[in-house]
Amino acid sequence: MSTDTRQFISRGALTAAVALPVVLLAGMAWAQVEGQPTPGGVGLPATVTEVGHETQFFYNTILLPIITFIALSVLGLLIYVCWKFNEQANPVPSKLTHHTGLEIVWTLIPILILVFISIPSFRLLTKQVEIPEAAITIKVTGNQWYWSYKYPEDQGGGFGFDQLMKADADLMPGDVRLLSVDNEAVVPVNEVVKLQITANDVIHSFVIPAFSIRMDAVPGRLNETWFKAEKEGLYYGQCSKICGKDHAFMPAAIRVVSREKYDEWLAESKKKFAAAEAPVKLAESNTIR
Amino acid sequence: MASSTAGAHDHPTGLRRFLFSTNHKDIGTLYLILAVIGGMVGLLMSVAIRAELMHPGMTVFPGLAQMLNGADASMATDAGKNLYNVFITGHGVLMIFFMVMPALMGGYANWFVPIMIGAPDMAFPRLNNISFWFLAVSLILLVMSLFVEGAPGMLGFGGGWVFYPPLSANIGHPGPAMDFVILSLHLAGASSILGSINLITTIFNMRAPGMTLHKMPLFAWAMLVTAFLLVLTLPVLAGAITMLLTDRNFGTMFYDPAGGGDPLLFQHLFWFFGHPEVYVLILPAFGLISHIVSTFSRKPVFGYLGMAYAMVCIGFLGCIVWAHHMYTVGLSLNAQRYFVFATMVIAVPTGIKIFSWIATMWGGSISFRAPMIWAIGFIFVFTMGGVTGVVLANASADRQLHETYYVVAHFHYTMSLGAVFGVFAGFYYWFPKMTGYLYNETLAKIHFVILFVGVNLTFFPQHFLGLAGMPRRYVDYPDAFATWNYLSSIGAYIGAFSMIVFFYTVIEAFLRKREAGANPWGPGATTLEWTLPSPPPFHQFETLPRITGTEH
Repeated sequence: MSTDTRQFISRGALTAAVALPVVLLAGMAWAQVEGQPTPGGVGLPATVTEVGHETQFFYNTILLPIITFIALSVLGLLIYVCWKFNEQANPVPSKLTHHTGLEIVWTLIPILILVFISIPSFRLLTKQVEIPEAAITIKVTGNQWYWSYKYPEDQGGGFGFDQLMKADADLMPGDVRLLSVDNEAVVPVNEVVKLQITANDVIHSFVIPAFSIRMDAVPGRLNETWFKAEKEGLYYGQCSKICGKDHAFMPAAIRVVSREKYDEWLAESKKKFAAAEAPVKLAESNTIR
Repeated sequence: MASSTAGAHDHPTGLRRFLFSTNHKDIGTLYLILAVIGGMVGLLMSVAIRAELMHPGMTVFPGLAQMLNGADASMATDAGKNLYNVFITGHGVLMIFFMVMPALMGGYANWFVPIMIGAPDMAFPRLNNISFWFLAVSLILLVMSLFVEGAPGMLGFGGGWVFYPPLSANIGHPGPAMDFVILSLHLAGASSILGSINLITTIFNMRAPGMTLHKMPLFAWAMLVTAFLLVLTLPVLAGAITMLLTDRNFGTMFYDPAGGGDPLLFQHLFWFFGHPEVYVLILPAFGLISHIVSTFSRKPVFGYLGMAYAMVCIGFLGCIVWAHHMYTVGLSLNAQRYFVFATMVIAVPTGIKIFSWIATMWGGSISFRAPMIWAIGFIFVFTMGGVTGVVLANASADRQLHETYYVVAHFHYTMSLGAVFGVFAGFYYWFPKMTGYLYNETLAKIHFVILFVGVNLTFFPQHFLGLAGMPRRYVDYPDAFATWNYLSSIGAYIGAFSMIVFFYTVIEAFLRKREAGANPWGPGATTLEWTLPSPPPFHQFETLPRITGTEH
């Protein structure tokens, strides 16, 4: 074995020794930041709902392989045609302009592929839109430029609060720029939560990627969506309908906790937000302008 | 020019020739110049947008707002956020209404539809003139809107090219900027409707003897379908924005829930226009790509009738799928099911077109001249944009990806790569015909390579950003998105640089004056424009050509 090769191998081992922990750490870091985007990520974010798992399956296992295959086939065909039928290789062009069989085939095969896609697609769609019996209902209202939450009285709530982005100056260690908020909304784990979503001024859109939920907040309408988070943690989303100058600065944050902690939080929040109740109400009463 | 004409008439020269022009070729040239102006402004806006997004944090627009809007330094951040929204709106509107449409519809269709069908001019030459000048005035109104108040204390309208109320109503933008935009769109719409009526009449009534509809070149077919789409859908847009105008100024409540209106009414009306509009942008490119592929493969188009009726089919389907832009507004389950189904069907005629282009090349004798390189690039990037369209057609997947950069990547692959590659393919194909000069082939190919690398580097990483959840129309983003945004911005600079090569290519061609001759492309170029000298005489076909062949 030459010195060069040996050097190469030892350098390789060194690189591996350094790289492996980095990769593992990155993996751990990735696990820790569930609920917010992963640096340099190339796929769908980690998900913690059944709808999310099905969405991942639908995209990663059905759609992505099919579209990759189609795009690469077209690219392959183009390269083959350019190589085989360029003017040097094929100086006399054929006169073929019709082939009924071929035309039927390239009409039918896409139809079959689309039918194949549509079966899981429609199943998932139904699951997303049909809302199961909910344990908790929360009203979410979009404002320029923050979200307001109301927890109903009959479910131990009876308070509401506004959720504003933390300014850069207020960020604490562990906070995420543009995502961390002053008041996190809290929900219990493994229970169906129904969100009723509307807006006060212009259209906003409430999104939590890790739950695979997205619903526009439209003034004058009460839209509904649902999720059942399987894992405790803090999950972020960002307003997704252009709503004016601070569109990029109205994140949403939902913390998923155990039922006991949720009940504690409800009791605490009742006191905490009772004083702030009056101004919050005002935001709701101006839907009729 | 006149010397090559069979029976030359005197024609006006200089300003009189172009300002008052009723000649389809001169008006086509005016449209092309307008498209270059609109496109350059739109491009500069997109470069500013990508510069802002290159790094996390507000880096470019606060300074830009101080420069452009004269914003006070203490207000620079807010003014910058607003200006960013104004720029994304302006970029969209300019590229759609003042770049792609004037280039493909105004420029190429005016120039080549009459020639291809063997007509001396358009059916209504004066209407043609007013169509152009409406669009020019419309552009002026749009630019003016950038410099008047929109949102309180801010300049310009920053609500995206979709103009959703209440953001575009008095709640979001009480200032007159949106009124300027509405009037600009009214004029642009009127311009397109008049242009479309002109095209439809020309195609139906002025085809040369013997040219049946089923012998008509595919570019004329594409323009016929496009014109019908515009005539059917633009009045709906006009109605929608007129209601918005009265909501804003005369106290009506069409879109205001407080008075029994509904903001979603606007979205339905807008997308009833807006979705066919994206086919308006791409169908002309479909038509001219067919000619280019056939010319340089030295083979007639494969499956001509299938190609023509695939476009008709795409046009029809394009009118009945609008709410797939609205899966997340709270549509009922059945409405979503219908729009998923109808949208997926569009993939079938689109697939027919892609396969037919490849089949046209199959067995051909392909010469890789510049227009052919652009056309092959078009087929690939359009396929890329098409397959992500199939993903987004599924409401269930769209729930995850709607309003993210995945959508931005998707429609830029179909538009910024697809339609724009179509524009350049057509430009390099017909430039020798329009000017009489040959351009430098190597330069045109270098232009292609740089733009191809640039736009793919810009838009491919945006798929990753979208999957990870980065929302569109964001002036700043969480730091996790930094990597792909950085690459995307580098790509945008490369793409923008290619325009310098483009202008150099054009200027070089005019300076060198290499004679093109009637047909620089050889035996594959079979449509009527190649039987005329380059540039064509001021009035062509004083004796109508007679079509006898049974090529199709």
